[in-house]
Amino acid sequence: MSVLVLVDHDRGTVTVETYEALNLARSVIAEGEPLEAALIGTGLRGLAADLGGRGVSKVHLVDDPILDDYGPEAWGEALAQLVVSSGPAVVIAPGTDRGNEVMAQMAARAELPLAVNVVAYDRAAGNLTRLRWGGSLLENAVLNSPLPFLTVAPHALDPVEPGSGESEAIEFSPLLDAGLARTKVVDRVTLSAGATLATAPVVVSGGRGVGGSEGFAVLEELASLLGGVVGCSRVVTNNGWRPHADQVGQTGTRVAPTLYMACGISGAIQHWVGCMAAKNIMAINIDPEAPMVSKADYAVIGDLHEVLPAVVAEIKRRQG
Amino acid sequence: MSLRVLVCVKRVPAPGAEIVLTDDRKRLDTEFLGFTTSPHEECAVEEAVRIKESSGGTVTVLTLGPEEAEEQLRYAVSVGADQAVLIVNQGDDLDPQATSSAVAAAIRSLEEAEGPFNLILFGNESADSGGYQVGVRVAFALGRPMVNGIKGIEVEQGSITARRATDAGFEVYRLPMPAVLGVKEGINLPRYPTLTGRLASKKVVIERRELTPERGGLELVELSRPVQQKVDTVMLGRGADAAPRVVDTLVELGVL
Ligand SMILES: Cc1cc2nc3c(=O)[nH]c(=O)nc-3n(C[C@H](O)[C@H](O)[C@H](O)COP(=O)(O)OP(=O)(O)OC[C@H]3O[C@@H](n4cnc5c(N)ncnc54)[C@H](O)[C@@H]3O)c2cc1C
Ligand SMILES: Nc1ncnc2c1ncn2[C@@H]1O[C@H](COP(=O)(O)O)[C@@H](O)[C@H]1O
Repeated sequence: MSVLVLVDHDRGTVTVETYEALNLARSVIAEGEPLEAALIGTGLRGLAADLGGRGVSKVHLVDDPILDDYGPEAWGEALAQLVVSSGPAVVIAPGTDRGNEVMAQMAARAELPLAVNVVAYDRAAGNLTRLRWGGSLLENAVLNSPLPFLTVAPHALDPVEPGSGESEAIEFSPLLDAGLARTKVVDRVTLSAGATLATAPVVVSGGRGVGGSEGFAVLEELASLLGGVVGCSRVVTNNGWRPHADQVGQTGTRVAPTLYMACGISGAIQHWVGCMAAKNIMAINIDPEAPMVSKADYAVIGDLHEVLPAVVAEIKRRQG
Repeated sequence: MSLRVLVCVKRVPAPGAEIVLTDDRKRLDTEFLGFTTSPHEECAVEEAVRIKESSGGTVTVLTLGPEEAEEQLRYAVSVGADQAVLIVNQGDDLDPQATSSAVAAAIRSLEEAEGPFNLILFGNESADSGGYQVGVRVAFALGRPMVNGIKGIEVEQGSITARRATDAGFEVYRLPMPAVLGVKEGINLPRYPTLTGRLASKKVVIERRELTPERGGLELVELSRPVQQKVDTVMLGRGADAAPRVVDTLVELGVL
């Protein structure tokens, strides 16, 4: 028996979440049990050495002409066939869009349960902890399955670092109906990558308290002085004040900047899960009782339309 | 082109700043909470209504939940859905496998009676349990193509072009119809109910389906709240007078 990990990659570029999933896999593996990886796609043999260095002893190169680019149905079917033929004891994937989707496709085919966004797994007891509510709640659950399928919550565990181990690469050719290509990626559009919400060092975020789209001008100005970007709450996107791409939270983007400035944001749990990974949080709110104020590292009590212009003026004064 | 579109929605509580659990820790204490439709699914309903408005056809909403989930179905009608179906579950929440098989069975029976749905929309994931799978399982049961995480839909004759956001931009998929898609918030900005919509939502007759409960393999034991470290908030002052201390702090944190 083995533990099998699905490698999430886009045409050969492997995601860091895959290495985090390897970490969970390594923590559940039994003495002497091999750690194996499923690498779906064409021309990927070159990735096997890196996986070997991260503790994988066998890499299954799952190849077929229709697997040359991502497609959830073809990938799910190919993985399901590999699992039948190689007989692992547990299958683990990263909890990314693709990892969750391919595992769901496989689980549907196998008629077996799937637990996603797992942060801890007790293999002997069949017991696991997973995230619910976008991470604001933990669920302890029993996975009753002859073959456990799990995906690992992104950034809950450290990635396994590269090392010096070796892996054996073996080819697996699934039998795929050409019709499965119906859900393959047919095109890509690359958008210019400026400073993005997910990676900016400072996020100046506004909520209902900003009062309207024009009110964001001062947040824009402060963000540009700090080399950051503007974020917002769902009330703001729902009102059409900002595009959804700026939304922080459970159904928006998760941010982890050095500083998150929450201006006129109350701190609802669905917003909080999107910004709680920030190293520092500063709240600006008229209400000293607002949950965001008590959860923040720093707070200013007052009208953001008075505080922010004063902060901008003070920065400009000091910069001369 | 006239399309039959189905949207599967879930009723979920809308907690505020804190989630409060029941004593047995199996669910949220909802005594003081309102309920809503999962945000991704609200956008799925809006997308379905826009497709109907441009291509013609009908929008049906379906939910599996308690009697009270009528509220979410009626809301969907108030923003443009035509027909609403409730699979009644007065017991505990079902796991993803059991939910999927009940939803798939209901869809089959609706299709037998009134013809196939050209497009079935799900949310990318439900807000409360976030299993990322009910849509995929239902699509597989029905033998239909499914792509999740969709932030753009264009309907053509017999096929659908769908866009999925990635770190670099987006991927494009082209699916033959009948098709299934999982939609993400941000695909559109849902409208508010109109007066005529509200009237329609009061009048609509909700079709009920009995549930034959099955057991899936994922069994909830208990819920808990992640430990949050307590912070001592540093108060930087009140109003505009706080500006110098705010800027000092920005310098200390190395962001200025
Ligand atoms: C399933 C689900 C998912 C959700 N996902 C998200 C999500 O991804 N992101 C998200 O943000 N929300 C999300 N929400 C919504 C969330 O529950 C809250 O409704 C939302 O975050 C509140 O936004 P807000 O803080 O801007 O508004 P409010 O809660 O109305 O707070 C406004 C705050 O501004 C303060 N204020 C008012 N005027 C001023 C002023 N002049 N100066 C300074 N302060 C002022 C007030 O004191 C108050 O604290 C979700 C909800 C659900 C049910
Ligand atoms: N009880 C339910 N009734 C109707 N649709 C549901 C239900 N549960 C989940 N769904 C649909 O399936 C999607 C994915 O759910 P999940 O697998 O729980 O993340 C949701 O966004 C809904 O569209």
